[in-house]
Amino acid sequence: MSAARPDRFVGQPILRREDHRLLRGQGQYVADLVLPRMLHAAFVRSPMAHARIKSVDLARAKAVPGVALALAGAELMRLLPPVPDTQLSLPAKWKTTVQHKIHNPQQPLLATDKVRHVGEAIAVILAESRYVAEDAAELVDVELETLPAVIDAEQAVKPGGTLVHEQLGTNVIGEFAIAKGDVEGAMARAPHRLKRRFYHHRYSGVPMECRGVLGVYDQRTDSMTIWSSTQVVHWLRREASGILDLPEGRVRVVAPDVGGGFGVKGHVYPEDLLIPFLARRVGRPVRWIEDRHEHLMCSTHSRDQTHELEVGFDGEGRILAIRDRFIADCGAWNPIGIGVVYNSAVHLTGPYKVDNLAVSARVVSTNKVPSAPYRGAGRPEASFAMERTIDLIAATLGIEPAEIRRRNMIPGSAMPYRIGLPYRDGEPIVYDSGDFPAGLEKAVAAVGGVAAFRERQRAAREKGRYLGLGIGCYTEGTGVGPFEGASVRIEPNGKLHVAGGACAQGQGMETIFAQIVADAWAVKPEDVTIQLADTAGIAIGFGTMASRSTVTLSGAIHYASDKLRKKVLSIAAQLLECAVVDLELRDGGVSIVGVPERRVSLAQVARAARPGWDHGRPAGMDPGLEETHYFEPQTVTWTNATHAAIVEVDIQTGRVKIEKYAIAHDCGVVVNPLLLEGQIVGGAAQGLGGILMEGYTYDAEGQLLTGSLMDYLLPTASDIPDMELIHLESPSPLNPLGVKGVGEGGAIAPPAAIANAICDALAPFKVEFNQTPITPEQIVRAAKQF
Amino acid sequence: MSDLIDIRLTVNGVAHEGRAEPRRLLVDFLREDLGLTGTHAGCEHGICGACTVLFNGEAARSCIMLAVQANGAEIRTIEGLTEDGRLHPLQEAFHREHGLQCGFCTPGMLIAALDFLRVNPSPSEEEIREAMSAVICRCTGYRNIVRAVASAAQKMQVKP
Repeated sequence: MSAARPDRFVGQPILRREDHRLLRGQGQYVADLVLPRMLHAAFVRSPMAHARIKSVDLARAKAVPGVALALAGAELMRLLPPVPDTQLSLPAKWKTTVQHKIHNPQQPLLATDKVRHVGEAIAVILAESRYVAEDAAELVDVELETLPAVIDAEQAVKPGGTLVHEQLGTNVIGEFAIAKGDVEGAMARAPHRLKRRFYHHRYSGVPMECRGVLGVYDQRTDSMTIWSSTQVVHWLRREASGILDLPEGRVRVVAPDVGGGFGVKGHVYPEDLLIPFLARRVGRPVRWIEDRHEHLMCSTHSRDQTHELEVGFDGEGRILAIRDRFIADCGAWNPIGIGVVYNSAVHLTGPYKVDNLAVSARVVSTNKVPSAPYRGAGRPEASFAMERTIDLIAATLGIEPAEIRRRNMIPGSAMPYRIGLPYRDGEPIVYDSGDFPAGLEKAVAAVGGVAAFRERQRAAREKGRYLGLGIGCYTEGTGVGPFEGASVRIEPNGKLHVAGGACAQGQGMETIFAQIVADAWAVKPEDVTIQLADTAGIAIGFGTMASRSTVTLSGAIHYASDKLRKKVLSIAAQLLECAVVDLELRDGGVSIVGVPERRVSLAQVARAARPGWDHGRPAGMDPGLEETHYFEPQTVTWTNATHAAIVEVDIQTGRVKIEKYAIAHDCGVVVNPLLLEGQIVGGAAQGLGGILMEGYTYDAEGQLLTGSLMDYLLPTASDIPDMELIHLESPSPLNPLGVKGVGEGGAIAPPAAIANAICDALAPFKVEFNQTPITPEQIVRAAKQF
Repeated sequence: MSDLIDIRLTVNGVAHEGRAEPRRLLVDFLREDLGLTGTHAGCEHGICGACTVLFNGEAARSCIMLAVQANGAEIRTIEGLTEDGRLHPLQEAFHREHGLQCGFCTPGMLIAALDFLRVNPSPSEEEIREAMSAVICRCTGYRNIVRAVASAAQKMQVKP
């Protein structure tokens, strides 16, 4: 990492301002908010994966003392006819470029005709306490007529089978194809070909705080306030305003402290809308706090893709063509569209030069929990398929996997590099900066280098121990549009107040944006207030997902500050009786260049700028010191990383011990190295959990078999190794700070790196693990079979 | 529903009285009846450890205990970790080492660490990892939590 400039806060490992409340137990999560006369909600959820709702009898539930309301789907439909959702679709530029077909079945707030997955909400109870609400929920009599469950996405695409959404006439609710070059010809001419099936299983973010929503309606002003554990307050406001038929200005959405999101909280859920709707109906605040069991069976899952990938390559291991057809099992609904699946397609070839490529995808409905983005959002699946393929090429030719990567990587000198496909924003994909081979070398060196490892591996094998080295690489488009907004204001006391459309779930945004603002204004971070995740702060916002907030909000802050700075300097020039060009921002004020004692403070400027009598503005200047900017990045900026792992596999127990783990990562200019490392290590831990421990499993009837944290295993401190991080820093030319996104990256490569390491360790057994997760049982079986 | 039971207990050195149904969970009693919302419910089935409190001096999961079991007990929660408003060395270390992100597991993590360092004041890294595996963190990847506990252990030993 380049040395931080001592006169700047960007680049410094500044400790987090958020910590003080969180360390003292003074964080305020939705479950901590209590309002007078508040009711508590509990849901009746489907015990079956696929069934027709014959009847819902609420009589016994309604009779429970303390129950204020019991409501099922049919009655809700009468009270609240469906309102079209306002999901942001892909831009016209994408739609006209990429051959595609998309159906978008819209999930009702409560199931009416059918239930489509175990956990789908059928009825809701409001009561004086959560205990009473749950008691009453148990007394709701639901008569369901079982339908065959659609569980296997590959079966589901065959004609004549059971349909999840009959009106569509198919379970394929989305499809697209992209291609470049001449795949047919190049594949036919390739001296070597191999074809494999890669399955990336279903897992998800599982934040430690489950979801929650609290709605309170103020009849006096006909307005609604919603607190939700969401990553997208403005999107929720937009939808709530539609459901409630209120102008957006009378709906306020706040995400208070949020206990992790990772994408799972990155869209609007039925409960986010139903709870406020009911709060208005009953005239009392209503709070719903999801419990962990509910979370696992109704908050969105992710991954779950099956790739059939064929690669053609020459005798040197150079890739000549790739054809990939894949299926994504999106579960019962597809709340956030085709973006994740499209991500998989365009991230497939990652850091490698592949001139002939054809990828086609089908998004398939099944009777499982709906799928939505989770940290990595389609890229772990792509990286897994690609990086396993690289190792298979290496094995076929007897060449080191690292060498195959080296031979195929796009060199740093080729940047900016146009890969010849459109991104999901419709823009041509251009790798804007980065040095992939350098990252590869550094990561491999950090685990001791290939040659030294091979020697250790050989010696260990002689003693019956199985060591493996695995590499996983990826590229990631980050900071996607369409926009983010920031309002920058200078308060009368000269302090900066910045409101933005991003929402934090633990990333430390208040800290890093204060650093950025401090540099933009030559003030100290402690002179900056950052207000996020509140629709009252800024009129239009997009929210936090897709590794985008550092990029998009910093851009918005930069340009809003530019506008405001012009005004500040003009006022200061008037006060100091000099020209604007002679002025600079310095130490919380404006001073004459070279004569720092000739200065006015920002407070003096703010007072001069105020509206009213005796102001100090130049003639004709509008009063006030506040500017808003909506930054529309032209397209994404590309990060990359190489993960390298050395594992020891115990073939008796199937245990995989991660001996060394190194990550060489490039996310452009680093705002705060301490927090950056936190993001990368945290992401990598989730990726390691994904490949080795976590997973949603369903039985043939669509029953979720992993409905508790005893079955869905999250990694603990003893499961995750220490990691060595190597930072490369290729600034992005696409935004004023040169930053790139970092939120997701860590989670992308671990499945590939670990799978490759395990396969390398078990090479004597000729084992291929082309599916995730890799469990101890599979390892023991594979070693025994040999 | 059944009759309410009287509960008398001490939390963070302060005597409290309350009434609760026999089935009421201790975590709900602490959070909702006493307003001590620093203790978090992350799974409500005893796995994640976010709800960890000191129960008569030992770490316990308040989501799988009943409030009535706490009658006569002495409990310490995250709100009782600071002394005279000053951060405890563990809290300081978590801040310094960036041992928290979303903060949801943090109260349980700190209380579990407090209990652990009482039993094992100078632990090895492996011992820290094993002990801290009692609480699940989804954000940090644990690296900085392990560093924070190690660093706090050193500071706490130096202190009288």
